[in-house]
Amino acid sequence: MNVTKDDMKNVAMLSRLSVPDNEAAKYMEQLGNFLEYVENLKGVDTDDVEPTTYALPMENVFRDDVVRPSLPRDAALSNAPLKEDGYFKVPRVLEE
Amino acid sequence: MKYEAVIGLEIHSELKTNTKIFCGCATGFGAEQNTHVCPVCLGLPGVLPVVNRRVVEFAIKAGLATNCTINKYSKFDRKNYYYPDLPKNFQTSQYDLPIAEHGYVDIDVDGEKKRIRLTRIHMEEDAGKLVHSGTTIKDSATSNVDYNRTGVPLLEIVSEPDMRSAAEARAYMEKIKSILEYIDVSNCRMEQGNLRADINVSLRPVGQKDLGTRTEMKNINSFKSLEEAIEYEIERQTEVLEDGGHVIQETRTFDAAKGITLSMRSKEEAQDYRYMPEPDLPPIITTDEEIEAYRKGLPELPDARCERMEHELGLSSYDAGIITSSRAMADYFDEVIAEGADAKLAANWMMGELSKNLNAESKTIEESPIDAKRLGDMIKLITNGTISSKIAKDVFSAMWTSKDAPEKIVKEKGLVQITDTGELDSILDEVIAANPKPVEDYKSGNKKAIGALVGQIMKKTKGKANPKLVNEMLAKKLSN
Repeated sequence: MNVTKDDMKNVAMLSRLSVPDNEAAKYMEQLGNFLEYVENLKGVDTDDVEPTTYALPMENVFRDDVVRPSLPRDAALSNAPLKEDGYFKVPRVLEE
Repeated sequence: MKYEAVIGLEIHSELKTNTKIFCGCATGFGAEQNTHVCPVCLGLPGVLPVVNRRVVEFAIKAGLATNCTINKYSKFDRKNYYYPDLPKNFQTSQYDLPIAEHGYVDIDVDGEKKRIRLTRIHMEEDAGKLVHSGTTIKDSATSNVDYNRTGVPLLEIVSEPDMRSAAEARAYMEKIKSILEYIDVSNCRMEQGNLRADINVSLRPVGQKDLGTRTEMKNINSFKSLEEAIEYEIERQTEVLEDGGHVIQETRTFDAAKGITLSMRSKEEAQDYRYMPEPDLPPIITTDEEIEAYRKGLPELPDARCERMEHELGLSSYDAGIITSSRAMADYFDEVIAEGADAKLAANWMMGELSKNLNAESKTIEESPIDAKRLGDMIKLITNGTISSKIAKDVFSAMWTSKDAPEKIVKEKGLVQITDTGELDSILDEVIAANPKPVEDYKSGNKKAIGALVGQIMKKTKGKANPKLVNEMLAKKLSN
């Protein structure tokens, strides 16, 4: 499968990844390989198979509306690269 | 050229569950930042969300109460986008199989009825809250995030673009609010963000079928802002079009202090949400029997209640509309008349003194110092002639600040109406003697002159005389 540079750039942008120009060719090839792998599925005969969204035969999995303990705040924030006054701190939200 | 506004609303309503939609964290408002969070709502790797049963129940009720079809097969999807209030980088929402679709509600603007169609109602999770370091998001170098609200269950109620004015949009949102209150699925406290709307506004030349380019205003959380934002946007777009320009499709923010909308983003990229089925949440299957059971369990809804008050109790459609607009008001009213109070008097007192006093102290009717029973008792004192309507205002004020029964207040303050003709007789004679001018006027045919005399008598008795009786006695005396 042929993946264009624009396709690759678009996918990278959607995932907020920056791809240096000298690595573009490598990722285009890798993405192409993924798509080719998925293409193989087209060869399978699915005439008698009903379309489905889920792989597991499950439905209506619910829990009751009962409060369970939350995390202590220190634990919740322990992986945050930046924090302030019990908040997660993040860089500028809107681009200038 | 004459333009017509085309308005659609996406209303977000937080549901009043104890816990979040996919985890057992509490939903309470006003907790310390990041204390209602767990691995599931923080989006830590390897966790499994499980749907809160009550969310589905509330969503189905909301769907039925707005005349929607309930989808017997419904599923959740991931909506991918990047914003720091969303720790997973996707919002769990519903895409092609929402829980409810194709509904409608009826609104009434200045006596004109109109049907507004609902496209769909779906379930989703709320996002966290950003606290910006600067005064606005634009001038903030950093922001702080509180994820307490992340995962609080939301219904998104999407209308068709059926509204044509700010007043219609307001009436629609009021109707949705009142329905959600009636079926008791949301607190609908707009100041707490329980209920907020994204508004889409576009203009088109009158008579044109195709829609014009729209702009969107997000997170409007008061009726006043809703109307102002729409009115401003209609005016702004009209100017753009009349100057020969084009409306740009964009998200705008409403500045409530200035009453204007401002462009939020300089360049609008087409959003690509890459919806995909949420593999961690199995589908929701609802049977016809279950749907019927929910339908039977619905309470009397605002439209039906309004009709009952109009037709069975004889209220004007205006009064009935206001009283039934909130369930708390309607319940209060029903309690007042259950006490045996006259329905019309009950409506007058609720919309008059009671509302006035509640507004003055920014209280809701649930917080009223005068409960329905006491108001009912007071109204009965008016109907049975113990107190006049004028004195009732004093009794009402006294009840506002004390817990005493109205009978007790009337007795202690000596406010019982004077209905003793002997006692009134001498007061009447005094007043007649002291006011020869109005007496003369009355006798020479100016029947209105009696008002001045009644006024004097009411003053002398500190309002305790029964005005009807005074009028009758005066007329008799003066015609002799």
